[in-house]
Amino acid sequence: MADPRVSVIEDRLKKVNRVLAVSSGKGGVGKSLIASTLSLMLADKGYEVGLFDIDFTNPSTHIILNAESVSPTEENGIIPPRVRGLKYMSIIYYSSGHVSPLRGVDVSNALIELLAITRWGETDFLVIDMPPGIGDAVLDVIRLVKKANFLIVTTPSKLAFETVRKLASLLLEMRIPITGVIENMKMRESSFIQEQVEKMGLRFLGEIPFDYSLEEAIGDVNKLLKTMFARKVKELAEKIALQTLGD
Amino acid sequence: MHEWALAEAVVSTVSQIAIREGLRRVTEVRLKVGELQQIEIEILRFALSELKRSSLLEEAEFIIETEKAELRCRVCGHKWFFRKNEVDEDVAEAIHFVPEIAHAYIRCPKCGSPDFEVVRGRGVWLESVEGVK
Repeated sequence: MADPRVSVIEDRLKKVNRVLAVSSGKGGVGKSLIASTLSLMLADKGYEVGLFDIDFTNPSTHIILNAESVSPTEENGIIPPRVRGLKYMSIIYYSSGHVSPLRGVDVSNALIELLAITRWGETDFLVIDMPPGIGDAVLDVIRLVKKANFLIVTTPSKLAFETVRKLASLLLEMRIPITGVIENMKMRESSFIQEQVEKMGLRFLGEIPFDYSLEEAIGDVNKLLKTMFARKVKELAEKIALQTLGD
Repeated sequence: MHEWALAEAVVSTVSQIAIREGLRRVTEVRLKVGELQQIEIEILRFALSELKRSSLLEEAEFIIETEKAELRCRVCGHKWFFRKNEVDEDVAEAIHFVPEIAHAYIRCPKCGSPDFEVVRGRGVWLESVEGVK
């Protein structure tokens, strides 16, 4: 007759002010690093921030944040543990690093389960690290997380942008709010992406130059926060906070 | 107490159905609980009895039926049943919270594939709601 979990999701997110779904059509464009760093920067500004990694088959934010020794607590559901001030939720607590080959229906079910049982409480921003592409997770976030705003990440590559164009077109067609587009890993001067983004009627939030020091900072948050990448994300975080809280 | 979160979901869904169907009060709710999620039925029952107070479900009787968790390999077609005592305690607990995580730990006993489907018996499912208009 009915899956009882779905009806409680809206209630679980009632005290969450803004949801930012960090997305892209392609993998490897820096979504997880941007989602993690953006969350840290928003928390640094005094906001209460949750970070939810829903890339269930390939989660990676726990590596970026070095969050492997924490686990959620049970209290009428699941309360995410704190990692560097963030309420941090990931399937890694349950998969423990084992390979998790999930088909679409399993991805949907796992997402519904975690949305139904996780208690975020009072939260200014819930940042969702999305899996790449336009698959079940994107469609389920659109279906189940009514307050989601999409923050789209691309690289300067025409190949990456082509997938972003499709994702953005879908969101525009479905009238889903798009916070804007970030151009990551910029290596040379070009206004191609900005022009394309603006041609679609979307906000170009800014660009992040390719940062050779970033790889070294993965797993060391203190080091990460000192990178040029993090400084750029901080600027974007300020812009996004002003923009989304003002909407 | 993950069961409380699921009980809240049941009460919320039944309330919505009751309002949609114009029921003044709900008399009977039938639930199916799959064994893969290893729900503690008594905790679920207690949570439901607490949560139904002062709601349209106040007088409802909850009929809970458990269902064996049947898995079917998508590669070789082999069917088998999930048994909690055949996995480690930590694994059982992980599957309790997110049943899909079974794919990280369980393999087809015949061909070793992780590509299997849960044919039935995954988690909590609402079967029927009866009441008085």
